[in-house]
Amino acid sequence: MSTATAAPVDQAVPAPAGDGGRPRRFTVRAGLRYTLLIIFAIIVLMPLYVLLVTSLKPASAISADQAWRLPVEISTAGWAEAWGRLSPSLYRSLILAVCAAVLSSILGSLNGFVFARWKFPGSNVVFTLFLFGMFIPYQAVMIPLQGMLLDAQAFLPWLDGIPRLILVHTVYGIPICTLIFRNYYATAVPVEILEAAKVDGAGMLRTYASIIFPVSIPGFVVTLIWQFTSAWNDFLFALFLTNAQNGPVTYVLNELAGGQNPNYASIMAGVLVASLPTLIVYVVLGRWFISGLMSGSVK
Amino acid sequence: MDRRSLFISLGAAAVVAGLSACSSGTQTTGDPGAGSSDEQNASSKPGGAGGDVGVFTWWADGSEKLGLEALQGVFKSEFPNDTFVNLAVAGGAGSNAKAKLAADLANNNPPDSFQGHAGAELLDYISKGQIVAVNDIIDALGGTGVFPESLLSKLTVKESIYSVPSNIHRANVVWTNTQLLAKAKITDTPANIAAWIADMDKLRSAGVATPLAVSGSWTQVQLLETVLLSDLGTEAYTGLFSGETTWDGPEVTKAVDNFGKLLSYANKASDGDDWPVATDMVIDGKAAYNVMGDWAVAQFADKKKEEGKDWGWFPVPGTDGTFDFLADSFTLPKGAKNPGGAKDWLTLVGGAAGQKAFSLAKGSIPARIDVPADEFPAYQQKAMESFKSDKIASSIAHGAAVNQAWLSDITTAVSKFYGGKDAAALIKDLTAAAEKNRG
Amino acid sequence: MRKIRTWLPGLLLVLPSIILIGVFVYGLIGQTINTSLLRTQDFVTDKITNPGGIANYTALLGSDRYQHALWNLLVLTVVFIVGTMIFGLLWAILLERGVFAEGIFRSIYLFPMAVSFIAAGVVWRWLLSPARDDQAVGLNQLFVQLGVPGLQSDWWSANSRMSMAAMAIPAIWQLSGYVMALFLAGFRGISADQREAARVDGATEFQLYRHVLFPQLSPVALSALIIVGHMSMKMFDLIYAIAGPNSYQAEVPATLMWIQLFPQGDPVAAATNAVIILVIVAILVVPYLVHTHRTEQRDG
Repeated sequence: MSTATAAPVDQAVPAPAGDGGRPRRFTVRAGLRYTLLIIFAIIVLMPLYVLLVTSLKPASAISADQAWRLPVEISTAGWAEAWGRLSPSLYRSLILAVCAAVLSSILGSLNGFVFARWKFPGSNVVFTLFLFGMFIPYQAVMIPLQGMLLDAQAFLPWLDGIPRLILVHTVYGIPICTLIFRNYYATAVPVEILEAAKVDGAGMLRTYASIIFPVSIPGFVVTLIWQFTSAWNDFLFALFLTNAQNGPVTYVLNELAGGQNPNYASIMAGVLVASLPTLIVYVVLGRWFISGLMSGSVK
Repeated sequence: MDRRSLFISLGAAAVVAGLSACSSGTQTTGDPGAGSSDEQNASSKPGGAGGDVGVFTWWADGSEKLGLEALQGVFKSEFPNDTFVNLAVAGGAGSNAKAKLAADLANNNPPDSFQGHAGAELLDYISKGQIVAVNDIIDALGGTGVFPESLLSKLTVKESIYSVPSNIHRANVVWTNTQLLAKAKITDTPANIAAWIADMDKLRSAGVATPLAVSGSWTQVQLLETVLLSDLGTEAYTGLFSGETTWDGPEVTKAVDNFGKLLSYANKASDGDDWPVATDMVIDGKAAYNVMGDWAVAQFADKKKEEGKDWGWFPVPGTDGTFDFLADSFTLPKGAKNPGGAKDWLTLVGGAAGQKAFSLAKGSIPARIDVPADEFPAYQQKAMESFKSDKIASSIAHGAAVNQAWLSDITTAVSKFYGGKDAAALIKDLTAAAEKNRG
Repeated sequence: MRKIRTWLPGLLLVLPSIILIGVFVYGLIGQTINTSLLRTQDFVTDKITNPGGIANYTALLGSDRYQHALWNLLVLTVVFIVGTMIFGLLWAILLERGVFAEGIFRSIYLFPMAVSFIAAGVVWRWLLSPARDDQAVGLNQLFVQLGVPGLQSDWWSANSRMSMAAMAIPAIWQLSGYVMALFLAGFRGISADQREAARVDGATEFQLYRHVLFPQLSPVALSALIIVGHMSMKMFDLIYAIAGPNSYQAEVPATLMWIQLFPQGDPVAAATNAVIILVIVAILVVPYLVHTHRTEQRDG
């Protein structure tokens, strides 16, 4: 089974209608179904609720007994402090996530094209070796990675902070981007079209530029969302390879929330500020994202 | 964790921050005293070397942050050419910060100066060649004329001094809630741990569910260290680190037993919590006792609590006459980007004006002996007196007695004990840690 | 074999990525393995800190501390996988027929995945506080206020070998939506004709799921298992954010590695640990990759 389309999942196959012929059972079942759906939704949203109400309370009004209650008086002081502490790193995270997403998507598209439609001897083995790179625990490369990047910095002084993370996220993003594009091209680009191009004498790069790339937009949407999110949310590389002055927002958020800060409003607001970009991406592009997950994993 | 008091304190902290900013401003503009002329001599250039001076600390919140801000204020007026860059990392008695600092040093990205606890903790940096000697700065500041010899000797490795001490803290202090003690009709200060535990029983009978407040792992290490100090005495306690005292002897067994009993009177803590969570329980009347370093004074002050009326203190029972010390100090890392600026910072940190401003704000006592005591609050005056007359012991939890690897092993052992309360396993782990890490 | 001129450009196009993956994945793993086999001696005390070679592995694997960390990892992983599978499948079943406002429910269930572990950890550290009764915060406080104080728990701070099960709660919260999405797409991939055929045969709803739908979802379930399982094994951020860097109670190999590397300054032990984590992940993932590879060869 290869579900490699990048179309929104709910358009791939229309959802079957309910049990039309049995209206009475339908009602009871539907009632139960919606009750469960709403209960689960409340549970899932609970941490978000805590974040929101706490972040909007003025520091003086936050007391232990009232933590679960709605704010009586709305204050934006927590948000202001969180924004003040996080905004420089938000900007750095944005650069990081955009650059890493674009670079690894381009490489993934080229690789995916070759692995799907321009194979070379042993390309399947190479592809499987690439895939393993998707699953490795980064702990297994972290120690020499630190040293290698440090050596590299000696003659590339700019390779610090965000550029360093862009490099790392681009490289470790190659496997998943390659997989997504390979599966996408394998279904979206018929072999016949490529054969026709070959007969016309088109070389590999011309074939890519004139046939493959123009139909790649859905694949790019998926890899860009995926890579943007994982680069934005990463903490491990940030912790090992950057510092508070040149690191991304996850690093600075962890410091803002460090054990001694008693200002819960700013901590909770900080969590929301640091999560908003990816949340927006999910809410706006969520359907595309689900299909991205599919093409990346269901084989 | 008590959130109400934390939030109230925020407002108070803001007020104190404002006040301290004002007072440090007037101090430095209106008082060009002897302290600042010393500092001018030590600096290579009047007004400072110029450029950014990145200073790494774990003073990111609370009274520690206020202290750093006070220092920063004095630095700005003494060395107007330099720009202070605050590289503070929050949390965990510096354990987060120290891990991060180690990573930065490994990445060859040292700050211009970083905070370290004076004592064994600095050995890690010295043996890796990551910090350089600062004897010239200490001498320019006045050497043994202004710093106690006992302190400088703890900073000296092979004739060289590797950091400039800024301030001293005492770790073996019990902070009490006066109302709760009165409620349980406790009037006398307990003489030893057994008497203290008896008092906790009285508190329990009087309806105090958790007589003792504890917080995350390192605060429990500090509690254990003070119990060890109490049950072993100062000499035997010091011997634990040189090898003269074994970790599996009867005294340590007794101390571990007492430590376990004490924890049975305490709240359930989460490993990730930091000290204010526990101290706030005393402030808010949810616990009667908390063993914490004397930086806790600032927490009481922030919450507008009065010594005597709302809170009291005594040395951990059985440790009266001993000063379980830790000192903050600042280093000169090898490869610092702005060594001139770093020297300006160290000169300021070691100078009388800087030490006074810092300790007043942070609630510590100056490392220099020539800072007059009269402007300090009552507790600190007492502590300055004790530091001069008491026996001195080195703190485990704050890196004065053991290096970081050893401390990490002890912390793990205590964190493990907190879960399972297995005394034999704790003694075994502590013994193994000593064998592994002792020189 | 085809002519070299046809396939060489393809190889050249992939070559930069091959070099990057070769260096950053396989080269660095090789270096880590190399480091993990070193023999080290403390130059102050002259004690042997790591005996070198395979003994580094037997020493670490034999230590109580590492076995405790591995046990924690096992508990975390099992609860995490089972939890995400149950909720993911349940939500997918509730949604798969198409319900009113499906998009909204799906977004709600999926949104935690957009949040970083480090951000989620901040909230969950508070929610999972072990303080109780009048000192309670977080979930314990909610239970007290809802009049069910009996539900209060020590969560991951509990004195139990199973306490890491509580640490799986935030992880389940984050990834159940993802597993739901996988199953949902799996359900949608099954044609309506098959359901209709089953109905015509008189199958009940239960029989329809049991005999027609679930068997076709097993590849999806396998993917979900691999993805959730390998995430659990390298989980660091969430535990670091919730329990702090120095918690024995919540220690897993990934957090222990941080302690070995920095507070203890022992890169050799950290490398040994990292290689063990890698091997554990490989035991899970490599058979899956080989299986996938073979299936593809067979299916062309």
